[in-house]
This record gives sequence, structure tokens and C-alpha cells, in this order.
Amino acid sequence: MARIGVFVCHCGTNIAGVVNIQKVVEAVQLLPGVVYVADERYTCSDVGQTSITQAIKEHQLNRLVVAACSPRMHEATFRQAVARAGLNPYLLEIANIREQCSWVHSKEKEEATEKAIELIKMAVAKVSRDEPLFPRKVGLTKRALVIGGGIAGIQAALDIASAGIETVLVEREPTIGGRMAQLDKTFPTLDCSSCILTPKMVEASHHPNIRLMTYSEVKAVRGFVGNFEVDILKRARKVDESKCTSCGICWQKCPEKVPAEFDRELGKRSAIYLSFPQAVPNKPVIDLPHCRYIKFQEWQKNPQGKKPMECRICEKLCPPQAVDWSQQDEMVTEKFGAIVVATGFQTFDPTGYGEYGYGRYPDVITGLEMERMLSASGPTGGEVRRPSDGEHPKTVVFISCVGSRDEKVGRPYCSKICCMYMAKQSIMLKEHDPEIQSYIFYIDIRAAGKGYEEFSRRAQEEAGTLYLRGRISQIYRQGGKLMVMGEDSLIGRQVEIAADLVVLAAGVEPATGAKELAQTLHISYDQYGFMNEAHPKLKPVETNTDGIYLAGACVSPKDIPDAVANGGAAAAKAMGLLSQESLVTDPMVASVDPMKCISCFMCQEVCPFHAVDKQKLRDGREVAVINESLCKGCGLCVASCRPGAINLRGFTNQQLLEEVTSLWR
Amino acid sequence: MAVDAEPRIVGFLCNWCSYAGADLAGTSRMAYPPNIRIIRVPCSGRVDPLFVAKCFEQGVDGVLVAGCHPGDCHYVQGNYFARRRFNLMGRFLDYLGIEKERLRLEWVSASEGKRFATAVSDFTQALKKLGPRTNPT
Amino acid sequence: MANRAFAYYPGCSLHHGVAKEYDVSSRLTCRALGVELREIEGWTCCGATSVHLSSRLLAAALPARNLALVGKMGLPMALACAMCFSRHRYALHEMEDASMREKVAGALGDGVPADVEVRHLLQILDGVDIKASRSLDGLKVACYYGCLLVRPLEVTGFDDEENPQAMDRLLASVGAQPLDWGLKTACCGAGMGLPRQDMVLRLTGRILRQAVAEGADCLAVACPMCHYNLDSYQKAIGGGLNLPVLYFTQLLGLALGFSPHELRLDKHLVDTGPLLRSRGLV
Repeated sequence: MARIGVFVCHCGTNIAGVVNIQKVVEAVQLLPGVVYVADERYTCSDVGQTSITQAIKEHQLNRLVVAACSPRMHEATFRQAVARAGLNPYLLEIANIREQCSWVHSKEKEEATEKAIELIKMAVAKVSRDEPLFPRKVGLTKRALVIGGGIAGIQAALDIASAGIETVLVEREPTIGGRMAQLDKTFPTLDCSSCILTPKMVEASHHPNIRLMTYSEVKAVRGFVGNFEVDILKRARKVDESKCTSCGICWQKCPEKVPAEFDRELGKRSAIYLSFPQAVPNKPVIDLPHCRYIKFQEWQKNPQGKKPMECRICEKLCPPQAVDWSQQDEMVTEKFGAIVVATGFQTFDPTGYGEYGYGRYPDVITGLEMERMLSASGPTGGEVRRPSDGEHPKTVVFISCVGSRDEKVGRPYCSKICCMYMAKQSIMLKEHDPEIQSYIFYIDIRAAGKGYEEFSRRAQEEAGTLYLRGRISQIYRQGGKLMVMGEDSLIGRQVEIAADLVVLAAGVEPATGAKELAQTLHISYDQYGFMNEAHPKLKPVETNTDGIYLAGACVSPKDIPDAVANGGAAAAKAMGLLSQESLVTDPMVASVDPMKCISCFMCQEVCPFHAVDKQKLRDGREVAVINESLCKGCGLCVASCRPGAINLRGFTNQQLLEEVTSLWR
Repeated sequence: MAVDAEPRIVGFLCNWCSYAGADLAGTSRMAYPPNIRIIRVPCSGRVDPLFVAKCFEQGVDGVLVAGCHPGDCHYVQGNYFARRRFNLMGRFLDYLGIEKERLRLEWVSASEGKRFATAVSDFTQALKKLGPRTNPT
Repeated sequence: MANRAFAYYPGCSLHHGVAKEYDVSSRLTCRALGVELREIEGWTCCGATSVHLSSRLLAAALPARNLALVGKMGLPMALACAMCFSRHRYALHEMEDASMREKVAGALGDGVPADVEVRHLLQILDGVDIKASRSLDGLKVACYYGCLLVRPLEVTGFDDEENPQAMDRLLASVGAQPLDWGLKTACCGAGMGLPRQDMVLRLTGRILRQAVAEGADCLAVACPMCHYNLDSYQKAIGGGLNLPVLYFTQLLGLALGFSPHELRLDKHLVDTGPLLRSRGLV
């Protein structure tokens, strides 16, 4: 026999100012099953919660309705209050008479009162069908996986590992370090990027709780929070890391030279190569499609065209004989309790902007290419040279927002870092050669950050960089110069600058493969491919899939301090999860009545979380069964179940139909 | 039975987007007609056509089903199922002799309080124009 | 390419004299290439530079009148003048809006079929198999497209608004050596020659000097207005400029074996004789 208690909240005047509480109380008292009705000024206050627990005890209430603000606000609060009185916390329903009644019908007090009564009527009807629910406990694997070895991923791995949790850091490139390793200096302090990054890279590789898996990719993810099973593809380096001493003879002697990806193809590398001198692990890798011996082997299998040299120079010259042709790609399966995704970003490809002539004119380069040129370990040894003729440029024009804030190329967002890196590069250019004059064409100068505004002023005042507010209409070659035609919108005139070098501040976009990885992980992403956080303000590093966290620029454009802070935050969330002995699952999930199941498995087809399994009964029938750890409680299967065998706890068909039919009883 | 000029509406709102959007309309004090009674569901894909049928059987004038925008579903694809399901449901209503305009599907995100308020106002207006239900319930 | 027929719209400039040589050379080359140009009977002015500044409806209705005639012919439309091309494409673009289409139909007293195809000669000839009777033999041509052929891309449907290639491809196919230069689509000043001659001199001067600096033997154009500006102001610009400016159809005609007289090469202000003689094209 249901003994329902109803609390009607005044919420100060928020509700009571519109809804006639007295009338509501009188009407609710007459509802079937209601044995106790009270009104409170602030039900969520200590006093209010205490009256709830007292009322439950005094009046032996076994179900409760609170008519107050939105359940999104205080459902959890009132569940705790109910639990304190010894009642199952799921025997509670909220009638939303503030957000969805008093606040939107303030001019129609009578109708609002009427509506409040009906909303409570519905909640009473629903609660009468509520059943006690019990969260379950499941065990968890105390290991973490970090995907992506850029600065955000390194930071996350270090923080998790320092809490004593075993961590695997997976990176698809042969070395960790990410974009930050490609930078020369960092704004606004002009710290040398390698000098602050490489110690962290080394720390990560030496940390007793971190295992690096470079040249590796996540291929499949199964399981659920606390119990993920991940397939990782370890690509063959063809170099035995335990034997290699990184002496360098192999990559010096390798005869095959190809454009170096790490140097943005401004320089060359050999087919066996180390991405950059400080790479971690500091072991070379053989780029198979370019290796002459591999080509030779292919020719042997299918002799067509000229016979290539057998080569094998690296193998012959390697003192510890570390070159190992027998190494093969290998799929390993590992178990983890938490996953941090830190796949970072890549820069926008500006060839789509025909007017800038990137790809047509070699002296139109991107910011990251400039970064490689400025770097002392870069392809030009730190000297700034025009790619076309190797001359030192004297006039350099920067163009901002290339692939940012531009609807036309499908990139309407701000890339956040470009304003600052243009200022930085103009300062660095002046330091390299005092005769260089830099011009920056900008839309707005976005310098929000500690020391950022001062830094961009420094570019103007100390480095003499000229900032021109306007866009560029066209760049064309005249003689050896690049004619940059644009507009200075502050003086309302056209300007034309004869530049030696043009730097396009190419914007930030998600790394290639980020979307596919998001699909593998069953997490959502936006139209650009940036991964979605669970809440943009309050859950910035969580995803909608429990146990998977996000760090760094895979979420949105971020600078280094943001990415580092983000890595730490994601680590803290993972640590919080992994510090528990077991996990409590939400009981509001689907369940199957095997007696009603007709084995059509429509539920399996519609389930977005692969939470429906097949189970063989003793009579040989195969029926659907819900994996409660995977089920998120959406109810898709319930609505599509033809025989009505599935129900969703907390939102059962009976509860919802009771709500509907209560209205006009 | 007296003729009731004010249409009665039941709204099934998904917990993550539309219910939150309705809450936002409240927090932003965007007034809309008090004709709607909201039922919270986890996802628009949870709404069984039976619920809608039951509403009409009870004499409801209109049913609103609201979920996240296509592509934004908290459960990845629940709203796509809802869209297909209620497009079909519309045809079924025609068959039953209930104007299919009495069932509306709307996409309202958690940040679209205004959109929710407008949707309810429009729907209420449209139902008023349509007049009270004529078919037996 | 087998015989293909088009409803040909010469437009006022090509019909009334200023660009008669463009009209003549277009008809000659097209005929030689198996492209049949059937002049639209009763065509009228497209509105050119002035009408779209004063009335949006009229700017759509004037070309729409011609489009309706083309519709009756049941052929795709061919234009040589870049301005006329632009105006007709704009009219189609405007009429994608149903209410505009209705208004235009009201003004004309007759509707325009929705499927009229409007193409420039360059788009028609691009990719046509050409059997040249003589090669242009490495003639360094700076192909100049101007504004109206290429911009805006969603209206004109040309190949590339920043670095168009149709004319380059066409002339390269008859042995010319088109230059990769930067001012292919820079504005020549258009109709501002009377009110702001200084500006036109500055803009045309820039284009001509750049073409000379890149080593051009001549400039190829596809617009009567561009031709007028680039050909006739060279003396006024000064600096010893003497760069022949030809319609692309004239260059094509030379390769197809037509004589300078047939192609009306004598109508240009900058003498094309010395260049043609030096290349053995006469």
C-alpha cells in the first residue's frame, strides 16, 4: 500500500509568488495514495531536508514527491535526504513547478496554479509505480591508457603515474613530443621549447609506472568504465631497441633521402631516421615504403622494371647489429580502467586559399614551417632562408586567420594561438636579423592570457613589427618579390607590400584520424572533428562515456599552458576513478524479461552502446540480456521491443503511462 | 461536455537537451502558454508510439516530442530513431482520423530556451486554429 | 569534336563595333572547330554595367528576356563578352529565388525555362580537340581573365577564381606558352575610364608592366572592356609600353590558319604586326 508524501516548495517567492501554494496543498491532499502533504519555504535547505526525513519516519511514508525546482537541480539532493530516512532513494519523483511553471507563467497565476497541481498529480502517479532500485558494484583495472604523446598526453601520463598507477602512453609517431617538439620558442616567455619539453619527455620514458608505446596505434576498444580492453597495433621499427645505441651511423650512411615530415618537408631525412635529435625513445625507425632493401625484396617477388640495389647498408654498418628485418607489426591487447585521449591538433592546409598562392609560390610558408626554420636543430640550422633561393629575407609579411574565423573554408572558430605565435615569430626574426621588417595583417589581436597583451605590445614596440588591420586580397610574384596586396582598414586605404617571405598563420584543426578514434571509443565529436566534452563548462575533461577523459587540443584549440593544465585535470579525473576499490553503476538501466523475449534482437540493432548480448536459456532459447555496465539507460531498446519484453528502470512503461493517464482521470 | 477552447498538450522531453532547454526558458523567464504538461524521458528515442496513442485516447489535443538536434544526441543516435518513428506515426494518425499536425517533433538543445518557448507558443497557436478534437476518443 | 550548336549572344560591344574583331574571330574559330553558333534572333542588351546599380528587377529581367528566347531555341547559350556572360549568369542566380523568378516572369509577361544553360566560349572550347594548322610556337602569352568571367565562383561556375586555367589550357594546346603570372584576375578598372581615368591608368599599368616583367610577348583577353582598357591606354600610361593585346579567339584563329586580316587584327591600337611577323604567324 503506497503511502505517498508530498512536499510543496515555495522557493521563497520564486514559486509562491505565482502559484497559490495553499490551493495546491488542498488539491494534492485529495490525490489517491497521498497521506501527507507539507509546504516548505526552501525545501532544499537543511531545515527542509530534515522535515523530509522526519516526515518519512513519522508518517511511515514509502514514496515521496517533491514539487520544487527542476530535477536537474536537486534530484540528487533529495535522493540523499530520502536515503537518510532509510527509504530507497529511487522512490522519489520531482514535480518541476519552478523552471517549467512559475517562472514561465508569472502573468497567469491561476493557470500556473492549475498546472502545478497537474504536474504534481503526474509525479504522484509516477511515484506510485516506482520500485526500489539498487546500484551494483563492479571491479576495475587500476591501469590507465593515455592516447597521444604530445605535451598534454605526457603531462597526463606523468601525473597519473606519479599517483602510483601503471600507465601506458601510446603515440603513433616514432617519438613522443608532439607539436611542441617542433616549436623553437614559446610565447610569451620565449622559453626554448625543447629545453622545457625534453626533460618531461625523458621523465616519461624513465618513469617506473609509465610504459611508452611509440609507433603504435589504438585499433579497437571494448568494455566499459573500469574495464576497458584495448587492441594496440605496435608497428615494426625493424630496429631492436634493446641493442641500438643511437650512434647515428645508420641514418648518416643511408643513401635514400626523402622529405622530412618533422621539418614540414623543408629538409630531408634518410629512410632510416630519428625524427629529431632529442627524440624519445632515442632509437631510429625504418620507413618501410622508402627503404631500398624493402623495395629490393618487393622486386624479387615481382621482378618488374629495373632491379634496385639490395642496399642493407644500415644493417652492415650497425656496430651492435640492431637492425632486425624479422620484426613484424604486432597487435597487443591490454586492460585499462581509464582512458585519456590527447590526440592534439594539426595545422590547417592553406592550399584552399588560392589568393595566397601557398603551394604555388615556395616563399609562402606556414607558421609551423617558420617555426622549423627558426629552430637551431631545424633544416636550416636556425637560419631564416627563403625556400626558393636560400636568400635571407628582409621583409616578412604575416597573414593571420588562415583557416580560422572563416566561414568560407568551414573554419568559423578562432584558433587561439596564432596571434601570439605571429608576435613571437616577428620578435624572433628581429633577433635573428635586425634588418628584418615584419608586417602582420590581422583581424583582431587576441591576446587574452597572462603576459600575452604585454608580449604582443613588445612585438610592436621593441621588434618594430607593423600591425595592419585588414585582409589580403592577393599575393603574386613580381621579380624575386612577393607582392602582397591588401587593405589597411584603419586608414581605409589599399596597401601593397613587396615581401621576401610570407608566413600564413595556419589555424588549428583536429589531428587526422581523430574522428575515427572517437568512433572507436564511442565518444562524440563536433562538425570539425574536435571531441566533445561532457559539459563545456562544468565537465571540460570528461566525455559522455564514463572512464574516458579528454586533454589538450583534441577538444578545441589550446596553447601550451592550457594543454598542460588540461592534461593534469584529465589525470586527476582518471586518478579519482582508479582510486576506488569498485565502481557503483547507475541502476536506471534496461532489463529484459526472458519469458517475453521473442529473440528478434531488434534491441541489439538499435543499441548505440553495444550493451545487448545474447544469452542461452536452459530450454535452448536464445534471448537478449542487457550488460548493465555498458547500458546508459537511453531506452531505445525499450521503445523498439515488439513484445514489450524490455523495460527501463526508473522510466518504465508503467510509470510513463501512469503519468499520461493520471492527467484526465 | 463543455467546449474547451484551450488546447491540452503533453510534451515528452529528452532529459539532456530539450528538458534542459525548457529549464533554460524558465531560468530566462521566457513566457509561453501554460497549456503544456511535460513528461521527462531519458531520450526522444525512449518515447514509445503507444504513449502518444494513449495521450490521444485520453483526449489530449496535441503531443510534442522534443529531443536533441540530429547529431547531438546524448545517446549518439536516439533522436534519429525518434525521427523515423514519429514520421511513421504521423501517417498512422491520419489513418485513425486524427490530424497528423497534432503530433509535433522538435529539436531543442539545452541552450535553446527561446526555441523551446517559441515551439510551445507556435504549437499552442496551431492547435487553437485546428480547434478541439472532433473524433471520438 | 562533333558538331555542337549553341544559341549565340554577341552582345552590344561585339555587334556595334568596339569589339567587332572579337565577334568575327569567335565565329570563325568556332565554325572551324565544329561549334555552331546560331545567333539569337531579337536579342537585346543585357543591362551591362549600369542597370544592376539602379534596379535589381530590371537587371534580372533584361538578361531573362534573352534567356527566354534561348529557351525557345532549345540550345545551350554561348557568350563571348565577359560582362554579358556575367549578367546572364547573375540573372539565373537571382531567379533561383522563387519570388524573384515570379517577379521577372511578371515583368516579361513570359516565364524563363529553369534549365537554360549559360556558358562562356572558354568553357565551351575548353577540352575541344583542336587540329592546329600551325603552332603558336612558344609564344609567351599572359592570359588575362579579369573579374567578370571568374568572380564570384558560385555565380560564374568558372574553373578557379584565383588561378583560372581554361584559357591557359586552350592556348597551350595550340603551342603557346602561357605564363604563370599573378595578375590574371586583377581588375583593369572597367568602366571607370571616364570618371576616374587616373585609377584606370594605375590598374592597367600594373597589369601591363607585370606581364612585361614576366616576359610576355602579348596579352590574351576575353572581355571587350578589358581589351579596350589594356590596349588603348598604353601610350597614356607611358614608360614605353608596347604590348599587343589580343582576344584569345584571335590567337586561336591564327593557329587555325586564318589570316590577320580575316581575324581583324588591324583593329588594335598596339600594332600586332611586328610580333606576328617575328614569329612567322603572318
